[in-house]
Amino acid sequence: MIELSELTKRYGGKTAVEGLTFAVRPGVVTGFLGPNGAGKSTTMRMILGLDRPTSGDVRIDGKRYDQLPEPLTYIGALLEARSVHPGRTAYHHLLCLAQSNGVPERRIGEVLDLVGLSGVARKRPKGFSLGMGQRLGIASALLGDPRILMFDEPVNGLDPEGIHWIRNLMKQLASDGRTVFVSSHLMSEMALTADHLVVIGQGRLLADTSMARFIEENSRPYVQVRSSDPERLRVSLADAGLRPVPQPDGGFEVEGVPAARVGEIAAANGLVLHELSRRQASLEEAFMRLTHGSVEYQAREG
Amino acid sequence: MTAPAQMPPPPPAPGYASPIPVVRTHLGHALASEWTKIKSVRSTVWTLVLMFVVTVGIGLLFAVALASDDYVGWPLLAGGFFGVMLGQLCIMTLGVLVISSEYGTGMMRTTLTACPHRGRVLLAKTVVFFSLAFVMTLVATTLTSLIHSSLLGDQDIPHYAVQDPYMEGSIENGELVATAGHWMGATVGASLYVSLLGVLGLALGALLRHSAGAITTLIGLVLLPLIAAMFMVGDSMETAREKLIEYSLLNGLASLYRLPMEGDDTATGWPLLGMLAGITVAALIGAYARLTSTDA
Repeated sequence: MIELSELTKRYGGKTAVEGLTFAVRPGVVTGFLGPNGAGKSTTMRMILGLDRPTSGDVRIDGKRYDQLPEPLTYIGALLEARSVHPGRTAYHHLLCLAQSNGVPERRIGEVLDLVGLSGVARKRPKGFSLGMGQRLGIASALLGDPRILMFDEPVNGLDPEGIHWIRNLMKQLASDGRTVFVSSHLMSEMALTADHLVVIGQGRLLADTSMARFIEENSRPYVQVRSSDPERLRVSLADAGLRPVPQPDGGFEVEGVPAARVGEIAAANGLVLHELSRRQASLEEAFMRLTHGSVEYQAREG
Repeated sequence: MTAPAQMPPPPPAPGYASPIPVVRTHLGHALASEWTKIKSVRSTVWTLVLMFVVTVGIGLLFAVALASDDYVGWPLLAGGFFGVMLGQLCIMTLGVLVISSEYGTGMMRTTLTACPHRGRVLLAKTVVFFSLAFVMTLVATTLTSLIHSSLLGDQDIPHYAVQDPYMEGSIENGELVATAGHWMGATVGASLYVSLLGVLGLALGALLRHSAGAITTLIGLVLLPLIAAMFMVGDSMETAREKLIEYSLLNGLASLYRLPMEGDDTATGWPLLGMLAGITVAALIGAYARLTSTDA
């Protein structure tokens, strides 16, 4: 279990993370979601004791990171980008990590096998593709067979097969009873893997909820309807007690009603419909709505 | 009568329990890890080979040149100085790279995640690098000194050389010899000097976290006093110039070979070696402070 309480990090006058309080529980995959620059990596570095919080506290099973006697068997982390020396072979990279924590050397072969890098164990990572580098990072994280795993943007650079593999791996690790904490800026990716969701934007907590609840709250179905006479359609729908929301293309979105009922209202008023369809708001849209206004680097439209 | 309330079973240990035995880590683990790191990068091996070739090669060339010529009035082992002077550049560079390359590649984050005790990481790096640098330099300087002693040992001593103060102890029964003190200076002393410079580089690497910056700073520390002294002309600056040369780091190495550039002709170089050790320890303390107080 990872517990954050009032975690805050400032760089000079700029606040990267502010007052984050949440817990990451064992047995499920917890997604850590936020736009670029929201403070996900900074938070993960603070969990690992790499960056010092300006205030607040992080505990791993009740201990500070530097109080863990054998950190790699406690928590394994895939850090952002590549955190390896490009001139040291995959085998020796894992060997120096294993030695630093007294992890038996046979684990090196096991994790290389698991991530599918056995064939390049004696090769230097400078020749690795992005995906291979990512797999080596995952091998380092799994080396100590830790009870907590933290992955920073693990699908970055992986091909579809690799993405599929890591999704299953994370679910598998969670079902072993481990704590799995994974960051991403892609809602669609999280929807497929995470059971629990923590969303941040500009360093602040925006949501801490189960995935099922998030989907239920944010993907309400609605009906999209368009007519040759939008004004009359609006009035007829409003008269029937519905609340049509006008769209830029002249159509309306109507929530909480079956499409058939909208069709019946239109027929009763003699309206010609150009479109009548059932729609569902995507989670991506829900995520964008949630984080809108807290996106640090926003592209200007037009 | 009711049965006594049963104690609730202890809650199951949260999460996953690994079959891997848990080991409490200590300095030994960090030392083993750093030893693997230093020997598994090609550049380390090549830098050491280059140091060896330069030190022994130039030493050999000097010995051959001196042997075919008339006696030039140097102590027996002094010619080894020039090879070491160049060979030390390799050790200085290696010392810096041991830590700065980890910052450059992002490896430092992995290292500190595996071993959150930053002081332990710095200590392990220092011990492993210093030992390796010292042993390798000791082999190179001993070999060079043996070459000099076997090639130059039988040279004739001209009468004027006998009176030179810095030849004290170098002449015995009209033959050129090296005392135990000379041997110590030209082997153990020179190796300590070069390895300490390397550790100074390591400390600078930790302070600056930038390879080129740290290497430039270290070379500047070694050479600047001499270069500055070159431009201090005139009587008014003579004292300053002499002191600058006398206490320059390079004069320490020269003195260990009994070729002091300035000051006491009989200087052994050991006090200057002590000064270098002091500077190195101070830099290491600074590196420790930076490492433990700032974000990785």
